[in-house]
Amino acid sequence: MNIFDLTIHELHTALKGKQVSSLEATSAMLKRIESVEPQVGSFITVTPEQALAAARSADQRIARGNCAKLTGIPLALKDIFLTEGVRTTCGSRILNNFIPPYSATSWEKLHDHGAVLLGKLNQDEFAMGSSNESSAFGSTRNPWDTSRIPGGSSGGSAAAVAARQAIATLGTDTGGSVRQPASHCGCVGMKPTYGRVSRYGVIAYASSLDQVGPLTRDVADCALMLEAVAGYDPKDSTSVDTPVPDYSTALGGGVKGLRIGLPKEYFIDGLDPDVQKAMAAAIDTFRRLGAEFVDISLPHTDYAVATYYLIATAEASSNLARYDGVRFGHRAQAGNLLDMYTKSRSEGFGSEVKRRIMLGTYALSSGYYDAYYVKAQKVRTLIMNDFIRAFNDVDVMLTPVAPTPAFKIGEKINDPLQMYLSDIFTIPVNLAGTCAMSLPAGFSAEGLPIGLQLIGKPFGEEAILRAGYAFEQATEWHTRTAAL
Amino acid sequence: MNYQPVIGLEVHVQLLTDTKIFCGCSTTFGSEPNSQTCPVCLGLPGALPVLNGTVVEFAVKAGLSTNCTITPRSIFARKNYFYPDLPKGYQISQFEDPICQRGWLDITLAGQEPKRIGITRIHMEEDAGKLVHGDSDMGAGSGVDLNRACTPLLEVVSEPDLRSSDEAVAYLKQLHQIVTWLGICDGNMEEGSFRCDANVSVMPVGSQTLGTRAEIKNVNSFKFVKQAIEYEIQRQIDLIEDGGTVVQETRLFDPNSGKTRSMRSKEEAHDYRYFPDPDLVPLVISEQWIERSRSELPELPGQRQQRFMADLGLPPYDAEVLTASRALSDYFEAGVAAHGNAKAVGNWVMGEITRALNDSGSSIENCPVPPERLAELLKLIDNGTISGKIAKTVFDEMWKSGKAPRTIVEEQGLVQVSDSGAIEGIIDEILAANAGQVEEYRSGKERVFGFFVGQVMKASKGKANPALVNELLLGRLKGQDGG
Repeated sequence: MNIFDLTIHELHTALKGKQVSSLEATSAMLKRIESVEPQVGSFITVTPEQALAAARSADQRIARGNCAKLTGIPLALKDIFLTEGVRTTCGSRILNNFIPPYSATSWEKLHDHGAVLLGKLNQDEFAMGSSNESSAFGSTRNPWDTSRIPGGSSGGSAAAVAARQAIATLGTDTGGSVRQPASHCGCVGMKPTYGRVSRYGVIAYASSLDQVGPLTRDVADCALMLEAVAGYDPKDSTSVDTPVPDYSTALGGGVKGLRIGLPKEYFIDGLDPDVQKAMAAAIDTFRRLGAEFVDISLPHTDYAVATYYLIATAEASSNLARYDGVRFGHRAQAGNLLDMYTKSRSEGFGSEVKRRIMLGTYALSSGYYDAYYVKAQKVRTLIMNDFIRAFNDVDVMLTPVAPTPAFKIGEKINDPLQMYLSDIFTIPVNLAGTCAMSLPAGFSAEGLPIGLQLIGKPFGEEAILRAGYAFEQATEWHTRTAAL
Repeated sequence: MNYQPVIGLEVHVQLLTDTKIFCGCSTTFGSEPNSQTCPVCLGLPGALPVLNGTVVEFAVKAGLSTNCTITPRSIFARKNYFYPDLPKGYQISQFEDPICQRGWLDITLAGQEPKRIGITRIHMEEDAGKLVHGDSDMGAGSGVDLNRACTPLLEVVSEPDLRSSDEAVAYLKQLHQIVTWLGICDGNMEEGSFRCDANVSVMPVGSQTLGTRAEIKNVNSFKFVKQAIEYEIQRQIDLIEDGGTVVQETRLFDPNSGKTRSMRSKEEAHDYRYFPDPDLVPLVISEQWIERSRSELPELPGQRQQRFMADLGLPPYDAEVLTASRALSDYFEAGVAAHGNAKAVGNWVMGEITRALNDSGSSIENCPVPPERLAELLKLIDNGTISGKIAKTVFDEMWKSGKAPRTIVEEQGLVQVSDSGAIEGIIDEILAANAGQVEEYRSGKERVFGFFVGQVMKASKGKANPALVNELLLGRLKGQDGG
């Protein structure tokens, strides 16, 4: 077996048992990146020197008997996480040369555990997209079929795990940006409850929806990564001060008697037949394992996408105002201040980002604010209430992650509405602020991965991890590897 | 036609916290540009604001001291606009649900009944940085200094209840007194710690419809507020009288010319696109918190003024002057506690102390004569050791040397001479040396008496007891023949 095929927990055992060093593991990953990167394009920046130095220091740490779960594990981060001294672009030309002077809390935590950073991963520009095609650094390709998109916006994070270029990665999920690419690339991806993981040092797209989440090979790794990054951060006022459970030990226990809700609004006619089949099979598996299914309704689901595109764009229009060329980032040469602003931003931002800034600016404009932004907030409350009510009857929910498997590169790029609808099943979870996980649940006739989504109650990550783990133990979807 | 001016004020109060409102950077001034900054106040990607609790404490104090209701759940909002001194492209402020609402202050103009001025709201916000133009290091360019960015401000918005520049100034002075009294603002208007924008309109007397208002910015002294408002009122009246109409606009006051000039019209006004800041959770303030804050409030200037009149018997004017600042008022109270006679201490504080402070450009906080020493000095007058006149000499020496009054009196031999024999001796010498004037007096020119008093005091180096001098001199001049 290749080192790059190992999971976190497998590599940890090997590191701890001194069968392999972090330096060997890291070198193997770097070599793997070099060999498959031309096909996949997961990375914006690879940091071999830093990675090898970090591996060496991890090995010293291990030699001292201090081998934490993530010590010496080679990881990679979506390029939305600030990494002190390492270029951070957020997939945008406007941050092409931005070297941050500080690190995101989530990366700091991984770093403190002794994790090794391999590099920064491709993404849709400012996390705006579902296909990675809006990246200023070119589209990442799906390792299962390189003519297809890996999903987005954390497309590089999913592709890197699927292509075995990193043991695990971090992404961010604002409307499905961890779960949808995880589904398309056949890995596990978690969007934790809003407030579970610090957003400090994570470049903001839509502040009330953004949440950091891990992408991994299996559920056990997901638990390990979540454990490491979760927790209250005094630097993020929206992070919640509630204890972090030991997610890894919560994995066992099975699903006997677990009440799983099937929201009828998620099993619609337009669903791809292969996705439908995979969901039916998954339901059978869970039933066999002892879970009970309950038909439920989330009646305001239809309004979720429209609501999301008002709230997310409104927040984005304001969040992206700081990219003005004054203090950092791209600055165009201009004769006066207004020209400097307009040229810097016109040159620095791509078309999807501009589209969303304009949408959001419009939604917040005087005369339209009540009709759009305020209304969207009200609908958001209705959507939240849908979940609260439904969770009175069930422990978790099961839905598809995306209506179809990964589509072709270029297929939807000129049809923003079609593109937006690919997040139809993931967006409501962000609006409700609760947690959900995507995990491998089958393959299409064309051999493309299909994910299923488990939605949990707020701060109910343990329940979906436990259900996901039971499902994973009973299936073999997560063991398949993309042929590259 | 007669016109009625209508004025509302928006006052920015810079709070005296050690650190900024949304990060831990220092708020001290005068450091190297951009040395007091961090990812948060620089508006770097990924940085998030965290509210400074002291700012909330100060805002609640200000609200309770101006009779506001404290909002149990208040919200921070983003005010969006582009400017190089605004790092995030938005200012974190409050819009809907500010922390304090519906307050008032009573103002009193000389000879008039008190008038209640409504306070619409007080909200918390962050300040912007500043632009530096044409610095030698930058050649022709402009620089941005973000040391001031993210320093905490309160904005106090009045109702349009003010009807004259005098009322506006009275309101402003009272507000200034309260925030400095509370110790939440240093009140320095020149440096912009307390700055004011004025909304001014005029309408025909008796009209119920408000005129179109102009907002005047950049008025940074009480004098300029008066000047700017008066100029603006006259400008609007002249405009209407000439058949024109007032347009809604922002105008800038120019202290050099005393005039206001147009800065931007309503059409050019920003659409700030306010919306709740998703990076900050709603600020929930409990009833207990408010009550604790209320119980911790100091006695406010208005209350203390009332007490000075009722308990110490001070006239209203004295009570007002002696509560001009908390430090002055505390000084006075300490003096009264040590001496006992409020009127006497008050006269000295309003007189010699104030004069000496003004002459030396110092403030009461740094007064070299502590109130207990002042009381000692007054006791020396009370028990006849020195005269009131000598006391002023002693006071000057106390101011300079910091010595105790008794020490100065003893060292310089300034004890008042109340020995009638000694004084009579001096009187005799003076009368003998000025026979001509004695003759004048006796022939009816009684004004010459003052001359003799002056001569005697001079000869005694001011130490002769003035009452005794008067008595003995009168006896000598009237009662006996000279010689």
